[in-house]
Amino acid sequence: MSDRPAPAFFQERFGVDDRSLERVLGTALERHVDHADLFFEYTTSDSVSLEDGLVKGGGRHVEQGVGVRAQDGERQGYAHSDEITVESMQLAATTARAISRTGGTAGAVAVGGPGRPERDLYPVAEAPTDVPVGAKVDLLGEIDRYARGRDPRVRQVMASVISQHRNVLMAASDGTFVSDVQPLVRLNVQVIAEAADGSRREVGYEGSGGRFELGRLLDPEWWRPQVDEAVRLALLNLEARPCPAGTMDVVLGPGWSGVLLHEAVGHGLEGDFNRKKTSAFADRIGERVAAPGVTVVDDGTLEERRGSLNVDDEGTPTSRTVLIEDGILVGYLQDKLNARLMGMQPTGNGRRESFAHLPMPRMTNTFMLAGEEDPAEILAGVSQGLYIASFGGGQVDITSGKFVFSASEAYRIENGRLGEPVRGASLVGNGPDVLTRVRAIGNDLALDRGVGTCGKDGQSVPVGVGLPTLRVDQLTVGGTEG
Amino acid sequence: MSTGDPLKHVLARAARSGAHAADALFVEDDSLEARVRGEEIDFVKQARERTLGLRAFVKAPEGLRTAVGSTSDLSTEALDRLADETVGLAGATAPDPDSGLPEGGFAEALPDLELFEPGDRETDVDARIEVARRCEAAARGTDPRITNSEGSEVQSRFAHVHYGNSAGFFGDYRSARHGLFSMPIAAENGSMQTDYWTSAARRLADVEAPESVGRRAAERALRRLGSRRVPTCEVPVVFDPLTARSVLGHLVACVSGASVYRKASYLADSLGESIGSELVTVVDDGRLPRGLGSRPFDGEGLATRRTPVVEKGRLASFLLDSYAARRLGMASTGNASRGAGGAPSAGPSNFWLEPGTSSLAEMIAGTERGLLVTWLFGHGFNPVTGDFSRGAAGMWIEDGELRHPVDEVTIAGNLGSMLAGVDAVGDELLWFGSVAAPALRIARLTVAGQ
Repeated sequence: MSDRPAPAFFQERFGVDDRSLERVLGTALERHVDHADLFFEYTTSDSVSLEDGLVKGGGRHVEQGVGVRAQDGERQGYAHSDEITVESMQLAATTARAISRTGGTAGAVAVGGPGRPERDLYPVAEAPTDVPVGAKVDLLGEIDRYARGRDPRVRQVMASVISQHRNVLMAASDGTFVSDVQPLVRLNVQVIAEAADGSRREVGYEGSGGRFELGRLLDPEWWRPQVDEAVRLALLNLEARPCPAGTMDVVLGPGWSGVLLHEAVGHGLEGDFNRKKTSAFADRIGERVAAPGVTVVDDGTLEERRGSLNVDDEGTPTSRTVLIEDGILVGYLQDKLNARLMGMQPTGNGRRESFAHLPMPRMTNTFMLAGEEDPAEILAGVSQGLYIASFGGGQVDITSGKFVFSASEAYRIENGRLGEPVRGASLVGNGPDVLTRVRAIGNDLALDRGVGTCGKDGQSVPVGVGLPTLRVDQLTVGGTEG
Repeated sequence: MSTGDPLKHVLARAARSGAHAADALFVEDDSLEARVRGEEIDFVKQARERTLGLRAFVKAPEGLRTAVGSTSDLSTEALDRLADETVGLAGATAPDPDSGLPEGGFAEALPDLELFEPGDRETDVDARIEVARRCEAAARGTDPRITNSEGSEVQSRFAHVHYGNSAGFFGDYRSARHGLFSMPIAAENGSMQTDYWTSAARRLADVEAPESVGRRAAERALRRLGSRRVPTCEVPVVFDPLTARSVLGHLVACVSGASVYRKASYLADSLGESIGSELVTVVDDGRLPRGLGSRPFDGEGLATRRTPVVEKGRLASFLLDSYAARRLGMASTGNASRGAGGAPSAGPSNFWLEPGTSSLAEMIAGTERGLLVTWLFGHGFNPVTGDFSRGAAGMWIEDGELRHPVDEVTIAGNLGSMLAGVDAVGDELLWFGSVAAPALRIARLTVAGQ
């Protein structure tokens, strides 16, 4: 499948040709609409998972369908079907266009020759779902043996390999006609360790992935450090003490801690919330929202990253969008609808979970640019506080701006040095305010290892985050110790 | 689409491909969602979806090898490929002596659980949009400080679930779910607050009136205006039914089969032991008439039933599917949850904490100094240890009265000590989904703020 261009894929498999696309778009445009589009998807995914030392489960899934959308002002009509036939598309177009308040515009649309994106950020010779299952089974077995060999306290290893191969085709009344083939792979390793006296159990997790050949995950040079990390975290958590509660100075480690940006500012800068003025950041372009030196970007054009795309799910090429420049709010993330209604340009951030969902402005890879400070000196500058090396999940209330997220690896800071590890820490704060309290930015920007998934309005999409070592003063830390 | 009965077709093909046993789930869905924001329709979304999922077992001397597959392409060619690939994938996995279909106990007479009212299908799109419009108008009209909203949304989903297996059990049922959700925004002195209210039911007539949903959502948002932090403290905490339900959801994760046999739950070795205060009684029942978690049979065809999970603080049962049950040397409780796309795993049906005798007003009046939690967010719960730490907002209680709204705080503790610390249980059970809890008061939790 992977050696065939995607436009040909939908034509050969379902008979979707230029003429039938023109007919369906024409049907949608028989009433007055500002924009109409079609989104085709054929996604194959598979997973193999291990527990108790055995690969006990495998799954293989095919999801196909087409969605038809019509927009009239801010109103959107959407209908989708898992049957890809001209008849089902015509029915969907009739349903979607019912959103229009006025009739009459004749619908003549010409779609040009189908295009592929101008660049390919994730070329793969073999679709990850075509890699023989035996290779994935063997990998998981090796991981299990290796993890158990690291420490006798390792009691359970759960590991899985997940691969996806997504074929999409977008055609729209604005002339968009583009297809893409999007590979995605992920390796999960979770370890449960038990204290030698049986008194406690703890879990450690480390994942990795991106848009590249599955073969890379099979290399011990790739997965051994990942397993080491999962084992280290489980054992560390066995020693961790309850986290202190209260307001304190916090140092965030590089990489996955970028989830702070994702929750605290990223969602609040999505175009839909700002067009509707429901975000705490609405109408604040040009204002200071972060300390000098803080520059935050969303970049969907990084090669092989989990959050990257050649084109978004409306066919717009992805781009690098500066959201905050030297502390000043300068940009929003846009899809076509919200860009049109706000008189701005789409930024290639119109994304959707699948053909069964309407696109919305979503992040891709969101990170803060590196500063100039030495991470060791940043730590040395804090007399009492908390160092958070990595996080679990987070969430934000974009209207009040309040966010929360949970630490997965954290330590007390005492006199500029790492103290004892603590567990169960969460951070809560206010998005428009938190970055104004950034005191130091490290020179060590790192992106995460490729496991982020973002949820919004019930839709999940893969994303990336990144951060250099960052000191933020006076954050509220949730814990149980006074 | 070409096969008369895709379940029988795919099971027969799996057998021909070498499956020793198999089961399959076929789900047909019709759905409608619409949102009104202010005076305008935001979106209308309609769909018809069908997905078929297959689980195949291949025999080996040491046990059965297992794989699952699914497809929304229902052509004969795609179904044949699904069967062949799933059986092929099973052949690559390790044999497991605990794998397989349930030995028996398949649902016999299927009770009518009133999960679907045929007349509701006649309600057209415009009538549903009108419900959202009334809800939105009520929310916006509650108070001049309601200046904006994320909108009011209706959802209706009609499902027809078919299950069949190679042991000869075939069953099907129809169900529906109708929901209404409103999220207004209140603004004052340049700051904004939002909150929501929601209602869901199997029959349209049982969904809360749109005016009521809109007004309650607006009142909740208004109540949060002027929120501030409080100093870090250890105090009694009252959870309202919306947030108590979220806390009870953490218990679900700790009593469900897979986390128990993996020992990934702090309750894995606690069956029969006291895990909470005597006020805590928790039940799972798959056969509540009109229940949002009701189903006549589970994801493996087993009859659903009533399972006491916690009796006066004592852990009485886990929730099990047939695999977790075999692993633990127990019997399935008919709790296999399964979507067409995946493998079955143990989960709740209708899962609730039995109401007590206190009204929410009495619980507040009986609290000298503490926090009423009305909003919980974040994912800070670790089922392996029971550690709990989440973001919260609510109302500060002083001398038994609500004093001022609170936000930007966290509450933290451990689920074990939280359940042990339950000292009052509300008298009203509200169903927003398949997990429900009345208001709860917990004697002591850490609130982190200034």
